[in-house]
Amino acid sequence: MEHIRTTKVEQVKLLDRFSTSSKALTGTLYLTATHLLFIDSHQKETWILHHHIASVDKLALTTAGCPLVIQCKNFRIVHFVVPRERDCHDVYNSLLQLSKQAKYEDLYAFSYNPQQNESERQRGWQLLDLAEEYKRMGLPNSNWQLSDANRDYKICETYPRDLYVPRIASKPIIVGSSKFRSKGRFPVLSYYHQAKEAAICRCSQPLSGFSARCLEDEHLLQAISKATPANRFMYVVDTRPRLNAMANRAAGKGYENEDNYSNIRFQFVGIENIHVMRSSLQKLLEVNGTKGLSVNDFYSGLESSGWLRHIKAVLDAAIFLARAIVVESASVLVHCSDGWDRTAQVCSLGSLLLDPYYRTLRGFLVLIEKDWISFGHKFSERCGHLDGDPKEVSPVFTQFLECVWHLTEQFPQAFEFNEACLLQIHEHVHSCQFGNFLGNCQKEQEELKLKEKTYSLWPLLLDDQRPYLNPLYSPRAPVAAALEPNTVSFNFKFWRNMYHQFDRTLHPRQSVLNIIMNMSEQTKQLEKDLTDLESQLNKQRKNKHTDGVLTKELLNSVRPESPTLKTSLCFKEQTLLPGNAALRTIEGSNPADNRYSEYAEEFSKSEPAVVSLEYGVARMTC
Amino acid sequence: MEFSELIRTGQAQAELLRGSEAPPLRGTLCVTGHHLLLSPGAQATPDLWLLLLRSVDSIEKRVEGDSGTITLRCKDLRVLQLEIEGVEATLDIARSIEALSSLESVITSFPFFYRPKSLRLGDAWHFHPPESYYKRVARETNAWRLSEANEDFSLCPSYPRAVIVPRAVNNDALARSARFRQGGRFPVLSYYHAPSGTALLRSSQPLTGPQKRRCAEDEELLRAVLAGARPGAQGFIVDTRSTQAAKQARMTGGGTESKAAYPGWKRLHRPLERGRPLQESFVRLVEACGDLEQSMDRWLSRLEGCRWLSHVKETLSTACLAAHSMEREGACILVHGAEGTDSTLLVTSLAQIILDPLSRTMAGFQELIEREWIQAGHPFQLRCAHSAFSHARPKHEAPTFLLFLDCVWQLGRQFPLSLEFGEGMLLALFDHAYASPFGTFLCNSEKERCLCEVRTRTHSLWSGLNQPKEQRKLRNPLYVPNPSAIWPSVEPQSLRLWQGLFLRWTRPPEPSEVAWEKVWQIVTDQEKAEGSQPTVSASEPQP
Repeated sequence: MEHIRTTKVEQVKLLDRFSTSSKALTGTLYLTATHLLFIDSHQKETWILHHHIASVDKLALTTAGCPLVIQCKNFRIVHFVVPRERDCHDVYNSLLQLSKQAKYEDLYAFSYNPQQNESERQRGWQLLDLAEEYKRMGLPNSNWQLSDANRDYKICETYPRDLYVPRIASKPIIVGSSKFRSKGRFPVLSYYHQAKEAAICRCSQPLSGFSARCLEDEHLLQAISKATPANRFMYVVDTRPRLNAMANRAAGKGYENEDNYSNIRFQFVGIENIHVMRSSLQKLLEVNGTKGLSVNDFYSGLESSGWLRHIKAVLDAAIFLARAIVVESASVLVHCSDGWDRTAQVCSLGSLLLDPYYRTLRGFLVLIEKDWISFGHKFSERCGHLDGDPKEVSPVFTQFLECVWHLTEQFPQAFEFNEACLLQIHEHVHSCQFGNFLGNCQKEQEELKLKEKTYSLWPLLLDDQRPYLNPLYSPRAPVAAALEPNTVSFNFKFWRNMYHQFDRTLHPRQSVLNIIMNMSEQTKQLEKDLTDLESQLNKQRKNKHTDGVLTKELLNSVRPESPTLKTSLCFKEQTLLPGNAALRTIEGSNPADNRYSEYAEEFSKSEPAVVSLEYGVARMTC
Repeated sequence: MEFSELIRTGQAQAELLRGSEAPPLRGTLCVTGHHLLLSPGAQATPDLWLLLLRSVDSIEKRVEGDSGTITLRCKDLRVLQLEIEGVEATLDIARSIEALSSLESVITSFPFFYRPKSLRLGDAWHFHPPESYYKRVARETNAWRLSEANEDFSLCPSYPRAVIVPRAVNNDALARSARFRQGGRFPVLSYYHAPSGTALLRSSQPLTGPQKRRCAEDEELLRAVLAGARPGAQGFIVDTRSTQAAKQARMTGGGTESKAAYPGWKRLHRPLERGRPLQESFVRLVEACGDLEQSMDRWLSRLEGCRWLSHVKETLSTACLAAHSMEREGACILVHGAEGTDSTLLVTSLAQIILDPLSRTMAGFQELIEREWIQAGHPFQLRCAHSAFSHARPKHEAPTFLLFLDCVWQLGRQFPLSLEFGEGMLLALFDHAYASPFGTFLCNSEKERCLCEVRTRTHSLWSGLNQPKEQRKLRNPLYVPNPSAIWPSVEPQSLRLWQGLFLRWTRPPEPSEVAWEKVWQIVTDQEKAEGSQPTVSASEPQP
């Protein structure tokens, strides 16, 4: 609270970066302990969580006032004009302080309560159970067992306590191998494919340098291929570009030498590192933010950012994994440098391709819990939850979500969840509102006592699933088995709903998804009514004595509103995240929102603002 | 002329490869006057495979040993391969296809021979767009009249017999104005926007020439337009060429309206690509879409380099500008470029879809295409002579109509519930515009169609499309009438490549088609469920 110098600034203008400049909203800006709130003259509220703020910039003073540009981690960009420079300066300084917290305890999650009591909180944290998940995969079995080697995080701090390893790998072998692997992240099981009896395993790079070898590590790899009955070869996939891996050798790290390991096939797949990804996204956002962007600049920007190339590389690697298991019944060991970024992407996407369970809403959350949270993807550092090293920030998890989105686009019926679910998860990975993504590994999470002090995100997604479900999902469709996406270049598209989530003017004005969702729900309801009525009829027929009452009852139970439902849904503006509707500003379809051209100079009279507002309202309510 | 002269060989044994779309087909290949037939024999399930020769865009032959390969690239962007036994047979068949697919004569084309059992000749030729549209306009205002000054096509060969003009202007004045406009295309009403009382007109460029000639009747016509609109209305002339190009046109006798001569009218230049550059853009895009191996960077740079989406953006923006000026500024709009048969029609027809809810219905859209494209004299025969694969130097070819369909597709994507027709309709129109068994897109103008007796001797595409069995493919299951204007976003982030068309034959269509089927199913389920509600309450047991 001590950071807030001024809590309220009036007569602030909010500019929409994709509208003609004449149409700015005027309103009042409020600064609270957790949010920045803008209420415009129509009482429309725009809430921005402080933790979402990625950067605040004060631009040069203009005649209208002092411009303040706020960029958020959920890709919202707001452009305020504050009339007095002093106020602007105060808001600017406060936001700088509030958006960068030094301690975990100051994050929103530690003060946020979604109106749940203690037992509900506990239930939320117990909603997903990884032990249950390994059981679902069919573990432990004759080849794989639960190892208690890391029970007290003694071997590897960034791994979870419970790890599955080949049954024949003894504790000394595990300990030996972990000493030979960067950060002690030795090869462990990530996903077990029951039908093929093959596994996806993950680790970090070996400390091989130019010539070092480790017998225990070689034994552990051998144990993995022995635990795979169908194929005596196993793949070792280094997700880095070859050059990067070679450079690591000079630092005493590197990659497996095929000659030292008896049964491996070694493969580079060439995904770039976190720094390349960070600057790639930066470039992409720069291009998107350009005012009056031409089609050509957009595509050349998209190309030079390399973003879609990186997405394709990640998906290609996952497909390689899935194929190795489906086609060759071979186990695969995946690593990158530390085995918590690219490895997490590739392992989780590979599992998603292989197992239809992960394509259900619950399964998808389990997958995130397993491959990302428990295996120590450094969420806090990658998302910049705390004021830390900006070089550690990287959109690795965002890329994972984008890969999943591309899969949902290619297989519209294969996923139980929809785009809104991906966006909601992305929102909360950065919001620090729930405890799930705080900390950098399981050990740190336990030390923070997150399960006692914060709430879990999962109930929000699992208790009221309706907004996150894909109405086209059909689990019994032929794609229910392993997905085989086609990664030909033109299947990759710019994900507008992610990177322009808040630029409503760029979105389709009507949502097919919502309308279908409502329709199928309505159908279910009507069908239910129908069966109810029929059973009622039958009952009445059996003891037919009260005919007059029957008619009345029947007429009452037919829902009078149902036929009108269909039309009333159509022109309502659809928000992408129904759960968060209050956080969004909603625009009508208005020609002034679209820069068809800069005709403003050419036409002598500018558009009367009142007309467009009336129009916008009319458009939304008709 | 006899087709038999052009057919070199009766038949040959061949195998047809259709890419990923379908399994190969083996059987007897046969060339007829209008078709290529492949008969896989009596026991096979699809008993005949048929390809309209007119839809072949380019043909490539290669012989090797005692067999040959013919690659057919079709106007609907499909690529087919025929493996044929025998070198002679291959060459003969190739030559026959080449000769027959490039026949220029209209009256020997297939539509004149196509007689499907389910249709009756002359069925859907009841479309008389200017007349029926005039009835709509006359209900709203009496400032306009239907003129038959062009009854014998003497004023303007590319206009229909009847056009809608300001009531205050007589036929003599129209004739003078026609002489002042290229190709005689004097300003006529394209769309009357009743809520704002403004009009959208189209014409060709005025023939001002280097001497800056004027024409009193032409000026009078435009004055009458403003006088017929609300008092104090101003007008905008949207010239689809750049200022530079419009000035240059004076050297060749064309030009543009001068400010002094047309008080109340302001000129706006919105350059739209046309002709050869547009055709090249199309060719390059199709080339890029055919390459499955290219890297992401290469694909994005080719997508950028072909500029197709830029053209989509420019076209949509100009149409929005026209629509916006009418609805918001209360201004009358005159659109023209040079000839007024290409980009002019793009702008006027798209502006109507944006503003007019009726043109977004199935019937209204068909009427719009008939009125604003076919009868308005878009030279389909010339523009659609070749699609993207032709090796011949393009002469008059340009994918103007395809660009229109693409823009409509973008509108449909941004307003998925507001168009009564779906992507299937747009694809069908693209296919039929380039090669069709129906007569609708034949010839370049109404005059030519009259000479060829297209109306009486061929079937109309509309009667073909309006058969009940076609509806599921063509309609949008989610359509709900939307009474307001639909303003699209024209930012590059909102525009997308029309994969359903450009990648129709390269991407595996299954998942999206299955999903579409599911949408239909959900909609019909819902209708069924809704429909069964009242029946229950109606079928109460009677005492």
